Amino acid sequence: MLAARVMQDQGLHVEGLNFFTGFCVEGHTHAIRSNPNRKPRRNNALWVAEQLGIPLHIVDVIEEYKSVLLRPHHGYGANLNPCLDCKTFMVGKALEWMQAHDFDFIITGEVLGQRPMSQRRDTFPVVARESGANDRLLRPLCAQLQPPTLPEREGWVDREQLYGFSGRTRKPQIALARQLGIEDYAQPAGGCCFLTDAAYSRKLRDLWQSRAERDYELDDIMLLKVGRHLRPKPHLKVIVARDAGETRYLRGYRKRFTYLDMTSHNGPLTLVEGERGDADVELAARIAARFGQGREAKSVSFQFVSRGGIERELQVAPFTVDEVLGDWYL
Amino acid sequence: MSTHQLDATGLLCPLPVIRTQDRVATLRQGDVLSVHCTDPGALLDIPAWCRIHGHELLSTQESEEEVLICIRVRK
Ligand code: SF4
Repeated sequence: MLAARVMQDQGLHVEGLNFFTGFCVEGHTHAIRSNPNRKPRRNNALWVAEQLGIPLHIVDVIEEYKSVLLRPHHGYGANLNPCLDCKTFMVGKALEWMQAHDFDFIITGEVLGQRPMSQRRDTFPVVARESGANDRLLRPLCAQLQPPTLPEREGWVDREQLYGFSGRTRKPQIALARQLGIEDYAQPAGGCCFLTDAAYSRKLRDLWQSRAERDYELDDIMLLKVGRHLRPKPHLKVIVARDAGETRYLRGYRKRFTYLDMTSHNGPLTLVEGERGDADVELAARIAARFGQGREAKSVSFQFVSRGGIERELQVAPFTVDEVLGDWYL
Repeated sequence: MSTHQLDATGLLCPLPVIRTQDRVATLRQGDVLSVHCTDPGALLDIPAWCRIHGHELLSTQESEEEVLICIRVRK
């Protein structure tokens, strides 16, 4: 937001690009869970564009992003976040867009040293070089710490009016935002991508391991954002909704999964994957019963529907809290 | 000037916005597009997208099953 505003203040025409990888923590993630007290769920990129008065183009890169995540040349960060490859990919996509729409250069809001992997002095040039953007990539917030880029050398941009921010502190950005009259400052200091999240990365690794292949579809990665995921046996996975909003969302997956719908009490919808027989179904149901209002009851009833659509009634005794083992949770 | 339908049901935001954006790119000035969604987030995002790009929001309707957003294309 700040980088774009700094360019606008120099009289340049700026348009926004937002790439949707499927791993973005966006409105939908909050939309799924029901919480009446939650603030309206806005899409941050749209909101920023509206504040700045610039067009925003949201680009679906779900398919292309697979090769970035599955085979990153530069490896992963602390979790499954391939930040350096990801930045290179996105700047490369921005370059394609720039060329197709007759723009002159690309800006990003990066600050030197702010992120451990992709925003270092030695990795900045990697992104510029490997994306093909080279010196048409300008980072207005830390440009003064970098060699001049083409827009600066050509005088399209006044280098003197750019910045030299570095380090993990966000104080200079906050001060600049204040100076520019920007009150509500949307850019999060991380936390906009599920791949940086340890719990999410664990679930994604588990998905690959259980399928014995590193691949995914959009549905798979969306589902990992929702519900409690438990693996009580190597082949058996149980996904239990955490509230009514998640139950509503998981209903959309009923055709693809075996599921358990609690009938005797209020309770969450549960999806079951990999069950091999009645013992597995009963195990899944006893786990599911633990998370409904009948958790203290002697018996809880479910409608069980197999992936093939075969229905039957099922009664089980809920597990006690200690019987649901900690290491089942993914 | 013609009326078009877009089925964005079952998609979570921002996909309904992306589908709307891509469809609008193929339409002409004055065309009307009705977008059918199931993610209520579209009620915020598609109108915001219209404001940014200067398209006219004609109506929004929300029922148990679906959210319907009608927009007129301005180019
Ligand atoms: S945090 Fe996520 S979106 Fe951001 S660079 Fe890293 S992998 Fe890409």
